[in-house]
Order: sequence, then C-alpha cells, then structure tokens
Amino acid sequence: MNEKKIIELKNIAVSFDGEPVLKNLNLSISDGEFVTLLGPSGCGKTTTLRIIAGFITPDDGDVFFEGKRVNDLPAYKRTVNTIFQRYALFPHLNVYENVAFGMRVQKKSNAEIKETVTRMLELVNLKGFEKRSVSKLSGGQQQRVAIARALANKPRVLLLDEPLAALDLKLRKDMQAELKNIQKSLGISFIYVTHDQEEALSMSDTVVVMDDGEIQQIGTPQDIYNEPENAFVADFIGESNILDGVMLEDYLVEFFGRKFKCLDAGFDKNEPVDVVIRPEDIDIVEPAKGHLTGTVTAVTFKGVHYDTIVDFKGFKWLIQTTDYYGEGSVIGIVLNPEDIHIMKKSAYSGMFGDYSSYSEEFDELGDAEAAAEAEEEAEG
Amino acid sequence: MKSRAAATPFGLWMGIFTVVPMAIVLWFAFTDANGTFTLANIARIWQYAGTYVDSIWMGAVATLICLVLAYPVALSISRKAEHMQRTMVMIVMLPMWMNFLLRTYAWMTLLEDQGLLNQFLRWIGLPAMHLINTDAAVVLGMVYNFLPFMILPLYSVMAKLDNRIIEAAQDLGSNGFQVFRRVILPLSAPGIVSGVTMVFVPAVSTFVISKLLGGSKYMMIGDVIESMFVGDGCDYNVGAALSLVLMVLMLVCMSLMRKVDNGEDELGGMMA
Repeated sequence: MNEKKIIELKNIAVSFDGEPVLKNLNLSISDGEFVTLLGPSGCGKTTTLRIIAGFITPDDGDVFFEGKRVNDLPAYKRTVNTIFQRYALFPHLNVYENVAFGMRVQKKSNAEIKETVTRMLELVNLKGFEKRSVSKLSGGQQQRVAIARALANKPRVLLLDEPLAALDLKLRKDMQAELKNIQKSLGISFIYVTHDQEEALSMSDTVVVMDDGEIQQIGTPQDIYNEPENAFVADFIGESNILDGVMLEDYLVEFFGRKFKCLDAGFDKNEPVDVVIRPEDIDIVEPAKGHLTGTVTAVTFKGVHYDTIVDFKGFKWLIQTTDYYGEGSVIGIVLNPEDIHIMKKSAYSGMFGDYSSYSEEFDELGDAEAAAEAEEEAEG
Repeated sequence: MKSRAAATPFGLWMGIFTVVPMAIVLWFAFTDANGTFTLANIARIWQYAGTYVDSIWMGAVATLICLVLAYPVALSISRKAEHMQRTMVMIVMLPMWMNFLLRTYAWMTLLEDQGLLNQFLRWIGLPAMHLINTDAAVVLGMVYNFLPFMILPLYSVMAKLDNRIIEAAQDLGSNGFQVFRRVILPLSAPGIVSGVTMVFVPAVSTFVISKLLGGSKYMMIGDVIESMFVGDGCDYNVGAALSLVLMVLMLVCMSLMRKVDNGEDELGGMMA
C-alpha cells in the first residue's frame, strides 16, 4: 500500500425517486489499500460501490480514477472489476469460459487465455474444475469462480459487494482469510462492502462506517473500535454502553453523579458528552470496592463469556465477564481511565447504548425517554 | 401409488386425444375406401411434393420474419419496469382475442387491388401494386397472425434473465453488442426454440390464410388437405396420408432445429 490515490469520490450525491441515498460523500482510496464500506442495509454502501463500478452516475459530485474524472465513462471501459452479491456467473458457460469471459471480449489469444485461466483457477483452488458447469458448483466454489473471473481481467481495483453473505460461518471465515491473502499477494486495491462488522475489522486496512447516506467515520479497524466518533459507530461496531456525561475539564468526566478520570481532552468546560464503555473493559469487584454498584438482572452464557446485564440506578449495562454472577446478585465495578471513551454529542445521542431490552422487565419508560431525547437532539 | 394416481389424468388425456386420433389417421392413411391395406395413398403423395416444399418454405420465411420482428420487441418489454411489462404483454396479446377470420378478412380489404392500401398509394401519387393473391400476402398474413406466439415465449425467457448477469458482462468489458452476443442471445436460445416451434408448425399447415390472401389456387399443403375432406373430390385416405407425411416432415424440421441449437450450446459450454 502506498499513498498514491487511485480512486477519489468528491461531493457525491445520489437520490432514487426523490429519496436521497448518498449525501455529499467524500472518500479517497489508496493504491493497494483494502477498504471496507460498512453499514446497515440502506446506508448507501452498495450505491457507493456501483458508482465506482460505473453502473450509477451520481446526480452531483465527481468520481476520479487516478486523478482523471470518470463520471461519464461506461462500466465496460473502467479498469475495475466487481464480485457481485450471489456471484452472477454466466449460467450458459462452464467454469473455464466464465473465467475466460473478459479476455474473450478483449480478443486475447487462446494461449494467453489458457495460461491466465489456469493460473487464476490455481489461485482460487479450483484446479481441475475447468469443464464443470457453474450451476453444479457449491456456493463457495461459485464464489471462487467469481473471484477468478474478476481477477483474470487484471483490475486495478476489485469491488466486492457482500461476497460472503450467502456462505455459512465456517466457509465465510476461510474465505475471509483467502481474500485477504489474494489482496496482499496481488497488491491491488479491494473495496469491500459488508454489513458484518467482524468481517470489516478482521480484513481491512481502512474501515468506512456509513449510515443514512453519510460517512460516519473513516479509520483503521483499531481507531473505529477504540475511538468511535459518535454513538452510531460505537453501537454498530461491537457492543457499547453509552451514557450521558458532562466533561468537567480535560481528562475529567462526570456521569452517574461521580467524577471519573479519562484520557480525552479538547472539549468545552462542562460540555455534555456521550460516554462509551465497552462491556469487555469493565472490571467486576465486591460492592464495597466499586465505583458504582448495581444489581444483575439477566445472564446469558455465550461460550467464551457471560453477557451479564446489570442495573445501575435504572440504566442497564452490558458487562462481558468470564465469571458467573447470578441474577439478583449485587456487584461493584471499577472503571479505569483507559476504559472510558468520550464522544461529542451527535444526532445519534440517546438512540443506542442502553441494554434495557435485554432484561425481562423491559423498561418502557426509559425507552420512551430515550426516544424523546433523540428527537430533541435531531431538532437541535 | 401416488405418482400413478397423479399420472392418470395425463394417461386418459393422451389416450383420448392423442393415441386414438393418431391411430385413426394411420388407419385411413394405409387403407383404401374398402378398408383393405394399401400403400397407394402414400405413393400418391409424390404429386404434391412441390406443394410441401412451398409450404415449408413459406412457413420458414414467415417464422424468420416473426423472429426478427419479435426479438427486439420481447427484449425491450423484458427490460421495462414490472407493471409496464404486464401492460405491454397485454397489448401484444390483444389482437389474438379478436376472431382469427375477422383479422384475416381485414387484411383482404386492405390488400385488394381497390383496397385501402392501394387507394392510399394512388392518393399520394404512387402507382398501385398488386398485393392480394401473392406469396407475399400469405406470408404477411402468417406473420401478422402468429407474431404474438413468437413474442410471448421469447419474452418469458428474457424476463427471467438476471440483470446482474448483464452487469457482470459489462463489468468484464463487454460493450452493448458484446453483451448481446455473448450473454443475452445464448441465454434466450430456449425462447427462440419454443417461439420458432409455435410459429412454424401452424404456419406450415395453415389453409385459411393462404385461401383468403393467396387466392383460389392450392398454394399450401393445408389447402390440399382441406380439399381432401371437404367438397366433391374428397378422399379421406389420401387426406390422412398427406397429414401424416406433413407431421413427419415437421418433426424432422424441428429436430434439425434443436440439433443446431444444441450444437451452439456445446460451443459455448452448457445450457441450463
């Protein structure tokens, strides 16, 4: 990966039937970078990919490929290739001819086609499948053919639209590793669309978190997880307890009527903020020794750990612990400065981060308050 | 047991409407007026060889014209939004609900020497043309009447064509023509085969169209067969033999057609 920008999107806006799908999107992608567009369905991630592929022309804004504006360049003239959701293989062609398709269009010689197809099928572990009909392959094998078919065209950038969504968990894990290896060995840029945060974190150099047609955060997987920019990112990536707090001064925040030391600075004095505490960062201690004490309301065994829901003065937290604390037990927790992450208030404040719905006695009042708060925020 | 019970209606249908009528046709074709076995009827077929060739030729021309006209129509319908597709298919089918004879008579009045078309030609100062009672008029009648039978099977295959497959072809560098030749055409081949079958078979054996638009001479084999069953010179035995030979000829034509289609598939890989 180097710093040369291969694709740049500037002020992109798209709407379908008057519904805005992308609002003023700006994104640049380096040569050789593995970028993931991550977000819930309808966030505009696939639309962004289709703009780069050339299937959608943006209403506003410009698409640059190596510094050249390509808004009006049709898909077939672009040096990007796509791996489609559910593969879109040619059902009338066998494995060999599917992979050869792009080269046949370019009128490459038979010898060159044979050499490339053989190499590509080797790369995706499908040697010996040349004569097979694609409809008789398993989902994982079809996916491999789709990868070989796209790579045979020697793209500068490979676009992948939820390529693993149709595969089962085990196969998905294997393919993730394989795709990452292919990307590293070829050294080309991958732009990967997914709604699976774990997939995004484990494969990417850069994660672009999107919601509602806008980019919420761009960063390395570590940045996105450890330093979420707003409540949406904190909630979407992993689990988060998100609380209302007030930043008293640099490195000092107050919530639940207590002051806590933290590592964040640069806020106004007494600025209201969102406080994120990851469930795996919380240490459970005896009630007397805790910064806060609460009552366990629900426990779910998850294999590696227990998801423990704890009620602190009516606000329910999720704590992930390897020790078992039964329902009704009173526990204390300790929060170290590095466990606390402070975010500026946003339109998403108050919408996420309360685990009331986890408990059996679902706190409707609390939820109604949260909704009202969210509305206020949205208006303000 | 279950599958046998389910097969019974089909067996019954086959018996009553296929096996028995075929047996009757065979009986008539190989017997004389007294009911004794003879090959004389089949031997007489040779005198109609020219008519067979003409019929197949005109049916083939009409089928080809239908295919050329129907293909772009079906393709453009299949790429429209779904509610538009329903309306457009409905409009294609609409003339089929008008009586077949009425439609063909309408063409007679249009094509006559003093018909509307020639009146129009004279009105704009062009010389009149002799249109009625020509081969061209018969082919025109066939194309007009059978065109929906070509459009519908083509459309139903094309409507199932996944748009992502077309996008995949574009993505891999195919321009509009290459997408058509390498993806749309091979994937619509089953529609072409069934459309051709549905037009070619009735076109070759028609007698109404050739009678009304082709004049009184026996142009098509259908007219000859009709004359064997209706009117003065009728001979059921020869009529049955003519029908039988026509059927065999059409089976040969269709299997040739399928062979060509399969051959293309093998070139391009496999066909689902």
